[in-house]
Amino acid sequence: MAELRDLYQEVILEHSKAPRNFKKLAAPNHQAEGFNPLCGDRFTVYLDVEGDVVRDVTFQGNGCAISKASASMMTQTVKGKTVAEAEKLFEHFHRFVTGQSRSEAEVADMGKLAVFSGVSEFPARVKCATLAWHTLQAALEGKQDQVSTE
Amino acid sequence: MTLVAKAASTTASAVKPRLDVEKIRAQFPILRQRVHGKPLVYLDNAATSQKPQVVLDTIERYYEQENANIHRGVHYLSECATADYEAARGIVQSFLRAPRASEIIFVRGTTEGINLVAQTYGRTNVGAGDEVLITAIEHHSNIVPWQILCGEKQARLRVAPINDRGELLLDEFEKLLTPRTKIAAITHVSNALGTVNPIKQMVEMAHLRNIPVLVDGAQAVPHIPVDVQALDCDFYAFSGHKVYGPTGIGVLYGKTELLEAMPPYQGGGDMISSVTFEKTTYNKLPYKFEAGTPDIAGVIGLGAALEYTQGIGLDAIAEHEHDLLEYATAKIREIPGVRLIGTAAEKAGVLSFILDEIHPHDVGTILDQEGIAIRTGHHCSQPVMDRFGIPATARASFAVYNAREDIDALAKGIERVREVLG
Repeated sequence: MAELRDLYQEVILEHSKAPRNFKKLAAPNHQAEGFNPLCGDRFTVYLDVEGDVVRDVTFQGNGCAISKASASMMTQTVKGKTVAEAEKLFEHFHRFVTGQSRSEAEVADMGKLAVFSGVSEFPARVKCATLAWHTLQAALEGKQDQVSTE
Repeated sequence: MTLVAKAASTTASAVKPRLDVEKIRAQFPILRQRVHGKPLVYLDNAATSQKPQVVLDTIERYYEQENANIHRGVHYLSECATADYEAARGIVQSFLRAPRASEIIFVRGTTEGINLVAQTYGRTNVGAGDEVLITAIEHHSNIVPWQILCGEKQARLRVAPINDRGELLLDEFEKLLTPRTKIAAITHVSNALGTVNPIKQMVEMAHLRNIPVLVDGAQAVPHIPVDVQALDCDFYAFSGHKVYGPTGIGVLYGKTELLEAMPPYQGGGDMISSVTFEKTTYNKLPYKFEAGTPDIAGVIGLGAALEYTQGIGLDAIAEHEHDLLEYATAKIREIPGVRLIGTAAEKAGVLSFILDEIHPHDVGTILDQEGIAIRTGHHCSQPVMDRFGIPATARASFAVYNAREDIDALAKGIERVREVLG
């Protein structure tokens, strides 16, 4: 049986209650809105990208504990990375939360984001964990449309 | 209903017997299962209800013993299938107290019933500058078909508002009935809040101005007795799967005069009397609106479900569920941090709530681990969520097989949510 504590790890609860970088950027040069119509989760991700580097990333919005904590930790992880690194990380994260990658190297590669390992046992919650990431990707690609993980 | 049965039900309601919930539960095989190691507590009945053994057996028997196409074969099986299919129409007629069996049209569900009316009656009668009136507590299925129609016809969709308890403002509704209003489409019971609309009164108001009324009965039919003649509504739509029947089958009732005047919805087999390449003559009611081979097993299964429901009696079901709702409302209100969404004086079967700052989705996941099935989200009623300034709610909804123990489990489950996320 999937354990609730694996899903709602302390770090996740802590981030969901006190999300980091939870604000609008003064002058974002990229932004996108992500929406899960079925759950009502809605986030906007703001980016300051200079050249190839994500100088700053913040978010605002509403969502469940998983989606909010994921957005919060995403901003911490992505800040300072190159666009290519951020996109690669999302690819790995997606494989990780869908249970497709669990080797030691892959878990190590996740770093702090490894706290989301429990998500793969709750398939209905994968879209919560990835909403902010999909939104980040849309912002990086300069997509105008709202993205959705439904 | 036969005279004997009528007499029996009068006597029964006089002594008000409580339902034998244990006996009823035993008739639903799915309720025996365990989920995540816990006994299943199914409280997502507004989404779909579970099916009693008699419905499952009826569908199985149909496929095993009489599967054939209807209305065309001269052979034995086709005659059996046709007879059972048409008998189910009669059951629906008596269930809704409709004047004629030919006013019962089988569709895929409430959604298709509403789309049928929007695309036939609506397209013929709604023009530029006209208005369609709905209410603020409609399901998306009673919003979007009218929006599509209004977009096509440059007509306007008007929305009658509600108060903070989730009750319709009748005065406002009446004011919105104007000479431009071509149809009013209103829900009988709100799926997100449980509010019961005063349909009879609303129909009277509309009819005073010669405006026809469509009623979305998806959430009403499983919970309260419906009499379309007493309501005097012009159309009434409901889904089989919410009233212990199969998915994919539903009913649209319409008054003969209106159905006769409406163009067909879909063209195809069964809906015609004769076809040449030059001209087609349409079949009589109800077949004009039943193009193609229908969901025969679904119709027969629906008939069994409605007979099952009538066997228990909707008065008894309504009373039982009202008791559950009162018990649940008191019990859930006691839990710190709970806010009920939808507190109408007239309510049926639905308890929508939010819990502190905890997102309903997290509530749903944790309850699921306790074997408790509820719905979380906007319940296909985003405008209702916007009205209350919330993104979503957790919703427990009741059926005839729920007992007070299910509510106790829910209350315990909510405590567990607070433990895990608190």
